[in-house]
Amino acid sequence: MTSDLHLWLIPLVPFAGFMVNGLLGRRFPKGLVTAVALVASLTPLLQVAAIVTKFSSLSLPHVEDLGTWIRAGAFHADFSFQLDQLTLVMLCVVTGVGFLIHIYSAGYMAEEEGYWRFFAYMNLFLFFMLTLVLAENFLLMFVGWEGVGLASYLLIGFWYTRDSAANAGKKAFIVNRIGDFGVLVAMFLLIAHFGTLSFGGVFSQIGSHPAWQGGFLTTIALFLLLGATGKSAQIPLYVWLPDAMEGPTPVSALIHAATMVTAGVYMIARAHVIFDRSSFALGAVAMIGVATAVFAATIAIVQTDIKRVLAYSTISQLGYMFLGCGVVAYSAGIFHLVTHAFFKALLFLAAGSVIHALSGQQDMRAMGGLRTKIPVTFWTMTAAVFAISGLPPLAGFVSKDEILYQAFISPNGGKILWAIGLVTAGLTSFYMFRLWYMTFFGQSRAAAAHHEEDLAAVHARSNTKLVLEAEAHASGIHESPLVMLGPLVVLAVLSIVGGWIGWPEGLGGNNWFAHFLEPAVTTTHVPYEQTAVALAAGAAKMPKTSPAQNGHVELLLALCSVLTALAGWFIAHLLYFARPELPAKIAVRLRALYAVLSRKYWIDELYGVMIVTPVLFLARWVLGVLVERGIIDGGTLTAGYATQGLGALVARIQSGNIRSYAGWLALFGAILLAVSYFGWTTHLLAR
Amino acid sequence: MVPIAYYLVLSAILFSIGVAAFLIKRNIITVFMSIELMLNAVNLAFIAFSRQWSQVTGHLQVNGQIFVFFVMVVAAAEAAVGLAIIISIFRARNTLNVDSIDLMKL
Repeated sequence: MTSDLHLWLIPLVPFAGFMVNGLLGRRFPKGLVTAVALVASLTPLLQVAAIVTKFSSLSLPHVEDLGTWIRAGAFHADFSFQLDQLTLVMLCVVTGVGFLIHIYSAGYMAEEEGYWRFFAYMNLFLFFMLTLVLAENFLLMFVGWEGVGLASYLLIGFWYTRDSAANAGKKAFIVNRIGDFGVLVAMFLLIAHFGTLSFGGVFSQIGSHPAWQGGFLTTIALFLLLGATGKSAQIPLYVWLPDAMEGPTPVSALIHAATMVTAGVYMIARAHVIFDRSSFALGAVAMIGVATAVFAATIAIVQTDIKRVLAYSTISQLGYMFLGCGVVAYSAGIFHLVTHAFFKALLFLAAGSVIHALSGQQDMRAMGGLRTKIPVTFWTMTAAVFAISGLPPLAGFVSKDEILYQAFISPNGGKILWAIGLVTAGLTSFYMFRLWYMTFFGQSRAAAAHHEEDLAAVHARSNTKLVLEAEAHASGIHESPLVMLGPLVVLAVLSIVGGWIGWPEGLGGNNWFAHFLEPAVTTTHVPYEQTAVALAAGAAKMPKTSPAQNGHVELLLALCSVLTALAGWFIAHLLYFARPELPAKIAVRLRALYAVLSRKYWIDELYGVMIVTPVLFLARWVLGVLVERGIIDGGTLTAGYATQGLGALVARIQSGNIRSYAGWLALFGAILLAVSYFGWTTHLLAR
Repeated sequence: MVPIAYYLVLSAILFSIGVAAFLIKRNIITVFMSIELMLNAVNLAFIAFSRQWSQVTGHLQVNGQIFVFFVMVVAAAEAAVGLAIIISIFRARNTLNVDSIDLMKL
């Protein structure tokens, strides 16, 4: 270890911020809480920036070992951190977006009662997220993995007096536990097969055994995938994310759009050595990704709550990332992760700004005509909408197109994956422009007549800040303060130019990002293509050998995507701008379809009947009544009552009457005497 | 020479009378006297055995007689303490009936 980067400091500074604000913040003035939180989130950003400057001189992967954590026989897990290209990308995203959202929160949460609590949790989240991406072994990564789940739970339930928020927090936590179970089992299997959990140890062992294909590696990969579907809200464990919108909007932006939910994608990319050896697991990743993408997009087109549209959009975009990983284009998946972090964080923050402007109103049906009233929010949101819809040259176009292209050229039904991905892109464009038109164009539907209702609704949500706002701004829609607009503008710029670092070669770029990431997500020990099973999937590497030939294909596909996106825009324009009476008619005409979509395919109800009810039944009646009250309580109570009863019976001997004591004494003395003289009964009778 | 059995029978009769009186009588003083009677029955048995053993072995055996002294000393102490307790009970409760003195009952 020639150059020590003190990687451990990166997560530890936010942790210090958490401790200070969490323990003492209640007594701090608001300014001090803000200062502590911002310093605790800025320091890692500066440290990452310092690392970026000397990154090229490092020997990668750069591992820093701080000492042994767990030692059991030959197995040991260390406090060790690792830095490579993948980690660096994640660090930039987490610290950069994290810091921006901290700034934004200082404005958004300014009137909130639990201000110090909010920032303590946010810093705690940063600590765990940075631990997750910096960890050098699966166990330490799992600590971060669980920790971000905890932070997510705390922040979703931030307004804990509201039942729906508390329940949403619990739901997120419990659904994530199912995924965590997968990660745990995967770790046990790794220990059983490799005797270590360190990334380097596991991957080098796999690398030196080219014969290992599928088999137990498939099992491990599938269990890891289960964990990833939980954290990254993919089918079948996506149900928690829409409900997680109960949390404050900056939380939705940071945790449930930009960083935490991408942890599953990060883990798959990190464990790509395992996934590369199992075409089945890769196929599963791609299938789950593309299915989730189109599934969530169809739900998003009928949602009316602005944050829920964005939540389903997030699920859908995460599906794209999974698709990218599933077709062995990890760099494309991670690239989409980065651009998505920019524009989805921006979308959420802008949506927060809209909600702020409307004093807590989240229903898009009550918006409209906000374009001129909140211009900065409008223009930044516009950048994000164009970016996510995949219009060139914005960030979303570049990364999404890269994934679709990689899917198209991958063997094993890549064309079908591409087609579904394309449809999803059209849907994405449609629902985003729908949101855009409903929010910013047309007549203002936030009429004064509805104001009383709004106020009542806001009161019911017991959001103190918004109540105050609502009362203060009974008449006016107002632009957000500068502290909120600053991060919006920065993210808008990133959403526009962020994609240029990975401009595809087929379109005249140099795809710098993919080449940068290549060493971290490509198996170097034994070429993947050498093995028989891998041959089929190995064709995915073809474009790298002949980029010139595929340039035309890529151009053509890009054209398809752009046309699809424009089609989505056009339909949204038609339905929500030109002829706003049409959607209601279509909803009536396609009543059944509309019901299915607006009820989200009844998945929550299905899970309720199939899983929640039986589990509750088991807990309440079998475990609760039979085992708990019947066997455990019953057993101890019986023992207690038996002792008590026996005691009550025997206590009658202690009458307090001296003569009765003496009588007992004399009687038994006489019996003793008789027995010692005559012996026991038989002798007595025999005599 | 009176055979030892006579002494023992007398001792047994005295002891039985003591036990019976202890069980039947309600007055604490009488109960106290019956305890003394039982102790003296035991003393009589001790003395009888002491004589018997001396005759059997041919020289004087005083173990039983020393025991008797012990019993008499303890009985004297018991009488002193017991009578004091009886007097204080009588002052406190104005009765000497054992049946009404059952404070220790559960």
